[in-house]
Amino acid sequence: MNHYAAWKNTLIVFFLFISTLYALPNLYGSDLAIQITGAGDYIVDDNDLETINNELLENNIAFKSLGFQDKNILIRFSDSQSQLSSKALLKEKLSRNYVIALNLAPSVPQWLEGLGGKAMSLGLDLRGGVHFLLEVDMDAVISMSMDRYYNELRTTLRKDKLYKKIRKEDNLLIVSFKSEELKNQAKKIIKKDLPDLAIAEDTEQELELGLEISSTAKTTAKSSALKQNITTLRNRVNELGVAEPIIQQQGTERIVVQLPGVQDTARAKEILGAVATVEFRLVDEKNDVQTAVNSGKTPAGSKLYKFKDGRPLLLKTNVITAGENIVDASSSMDENNQPSVSIVLDGSGGRSMLDTTKEFIGYRMAVVFIENQVETLIVDGVATKKRTKTQDIINAATIQGTFSNRFQITGLDSAREATNLALLLRAGSLSAPVEIIEERTIGPSLGADNIQKGLISVLVGFALVLVFMGWRYRVFGLVANLALTLNLITIVSILSMIQATLTLPGIAGIVLTVGMAVDANVLIFERVKEELRATKNIQKAISAGYEKALLTIADANITTLIASLVLFSFGTGAIKGFAVTLSIGIITSMFTAIIVSRAVINLIYGGKKVEELSI
Amino acid sequence: MSIRSLNIPVIDFVSKRKYAMIFSAILLIVSIASIGFQGLKFGIDFTGGTLIELGYDKTADLEDIRSKLESANYSGTNVQYFGSDTEVLIQLEPQAVTSAKLSSSIIRMLGEDVDVRRVEFVGPKVGEELTNDGGLAMLYALIGILIYVAFRFEYRFALGSIAALVHDVIITLGVFSLLQIEFDLTVLAAILAVIGYSLNDTIVVFDRIRENFLATRHIEPKPIINEALNQTLSRTLMTSFTTLIVLLALFYLGGEVIHSFAGALLIGVIIGTYSSIYVASSMILALGISKEDMLPSEKEQKEIDARP
Repeated sequence: MNHYAAWKNTLIVFFLFISTLYALPNLYGSDLAIQITGAGDYIVDDNDLETINNELLENNIAFKSLGFQDKNILIRFSDSQSQLSSKALLKEKLSRNYVIALNLAPSVPQWLEGLGGKAMSLGLDLRGGVHFLLEVDMDAVISMSMDRYYNELRTTLRKDKLYKKIRKEDNLLIVSFKSEELKNQAKKIIKKDLPDLAIAEDTEQELELGLEISSTAKTTAKSSALKQNITTLRNRVNELGVAEPIIQQQGTERIVVQLPGVQDTARAKEILGAVATVEFRLVDEKNDVQTAVNSGKTPAGSKLYKFKDGRPLLLKTNVITAGENIVDASSSMDENNQPSVSIVLDGSGGRSMLDTTKEFIGYRMAVVFIENQVETLIVDGVATKKRTKTQDIINAATIQGTFSNRFQITGLDSAREATNLALLLRAGSLSAPVEIIEERTIGPSLGADNIQKGLISVLVGFALVLVFMGWRYRVFGLVANLALTLNLITIVSILSMIQATLTLPGIAGIVLTVGMAVDANVLIFERVKEELRATKNIQKAISAGYEKALLTIADANITTLIASLVLFSFGTGAIKGFAVTLSIGIITSMFTAIIVSRAVINLIYGGKKVEELSI
Repeated sequence: MSIRSLNIPVIDFVSKRKYAMIFSAILLIVSIASIGFQGLKFGIDFTGGTLIELGYDKTADLEDIRSKLESANYSGTNVQYFGSDTEVLIQLEPQAVTSAKLSSSIIRMLGEDVDVRRVEFVGPKVGEELTNDGGLAMLYALIGILIYVAFRFEYRFALGSIAALVHDVIITLGVFSLLQIEFDLTVLAAILAVIGYSLNDTIVVFDRIRENFLATRHIEPKPIINEALNQTLSRTLMTSFTTLIVLLALFYLGGEVIHSFAGALLIGVIIGTYSSIYVASSMILALGISKEDMLPSEKEQKEIDARP
């Protein structure tokens, strides 16, 4: 009685050994580091390593180590001063083919890393950073595709001069015809060539046809807008230089962006949410602006625009080229020390620019900055979306000579505006406006505070429970304490193995588990005590105590597990972290409190003649 | 703890259940009245809005911050110290134009030399969703537990445990409403954890009641319940005590961010301990539990006993 087979003990020891091994990486701290990644398809190589090494040595910047990690170059530092100064240095020396980001690199020894040992990843509330939830304006997506189908419909039906008129009405495209025959002909063509359009209204007598975008086409449009936006956001985040960002879809119209360790959140917000692009148009030199403003009528082929300061100017409606043709953009100071953006166009943009500048030397060309914004307004307690589109002329300069794909834009207000514009043009534009609907930023100082406070409360709570259990249950209490310690180690090792993110509520979950994990042992020990009162046979009392308490423990823990699973499936971020640690804690506590503690009790008392139990 | 004979209960809980019921009824009425009239002080997780926590080098001038906010025409602002007088918490209800950029402009307005410790912005739509999800989570947790307990025990036990849970949740919410402590997402998580914890306690007692029903020849439920309560008493108190120790550590040392989380758990654990002794068992007694009701699970018990 009260003896575990050798294989059972071995298995327990083996299990605990593995747990301890994989919990170990968390004891090593992390180094301040810089992570250098190739931008786009570029992958950093040995030459880059060499260059970086030389630069750091030349500038006398001390670093702990320099080497490859995955597909990145990682430089570790011992102080933040050298980390920051070398970031500035490398940003200046390396071309834009590289993404340079500040990072924290865990300093796990090589042998442990070789075994796959990793430290728990810390959540944003512990390491500092920003969490954004962005919502894509899907109404705008649908209205944009309406415009596209409107044009396609016109082109398709124009060939045979089938329609009389096409107009947009709410969600419908309404085509009117001259005769029934033409209408039927058009229906056939639409069915064949424009399968994305479905017939919504078709009355026999009337010579009109109402078309709407089919629901599958709508879904496709929405999901592709979401995907494109994710790609663009990823490019922008790379431009910001953030290590280990998370950009992922949530639901059908939302995107989560998490940026660990970002300091300038105002800029991050500007950059992520901006839907901005530029257009290049010729100035209408033939007509007078003032007449147009006074009469309120713009001449055919022209449109009235305004500078930022409100001065009006007539521009041609034809766009020479626009943001989507820009392949590269960088900001700098021009010869007059004014902020400027240098632009490189792609083939078709360059050709169009060459043709225009050849034909219109001496004319003025304007750069129009277009920005779409969506905000939520509260009108009479109801949240409504407000969309604004601003179109400002940022400059209009005389074409001095022909040029094609390389030129500069000036007329920007500040260097910051120039850098932002260059970044946005480089990273590509968002296919639909987005709105930040949730933000959670934790500054680095609060993150550090949270870690420290969380750690202290775990340790203090833990120590108090240990003292109390030892005092109350003597030898059995010490066994429970051992089980509790092993439980803590096991939780940490599982969290590390599955690379779950540890958050502050997660730590609270661990603290709560510490309090509740002793419950199983308390149940068992109280039961053993009871049995001792009923029987003289000590061995039997131990065994009965464990067995009778088992079902109760299982029942009690399963119900708690149900509650924490519900928490997990409904909770967002922070609550999920709490649910994960609580669930893991419940499961591991059953193992340590029942099986491990029994094994130890067996070793101490099992198979011997015991006069008295220290309980 | 003195050693006592098994069959003579030390404390006669059952006969005191009338007082307990009056006590519970008072707590419930006060809680419901407070929730009804005063309501809960919902945090921005549920109402939407903006929250900014700033750290200053020296004592922060709240009046200065308030007047700056006022002159910038922000409505529904609340400025207070947070933890210490060098830390300030600014809360804004959703403005006419809600936007994540609001916090940036406020921070810019208050000067460059402050340490931005935390910014939270929740759009009105998100707040509404979180409220709905939170309510649903509570409901699903209760239903899941109801099913499990009904399956493992008997429907009267399930009703008894749910009654205890609802009791605990309402009183915990009542305390939050009475003291006007902010109710945010973490508090909701704490209340769900309270559900789990309180149930844990109740189940242990119920398990013992069932066991005693099956083990004795007595059929009178009152002494059996009383005996079970006494047998599990030291365990109930021990576990509550260890849990309270760690919660106190969390409450005092865990920092402001999880202060109300730990507070909710503290209240919940205390109420949960009380309810598992008085409320749950009074409930099954009132529902008329008897030995016959245990019989379906006797077979189960035998199967378990038959295990090696």
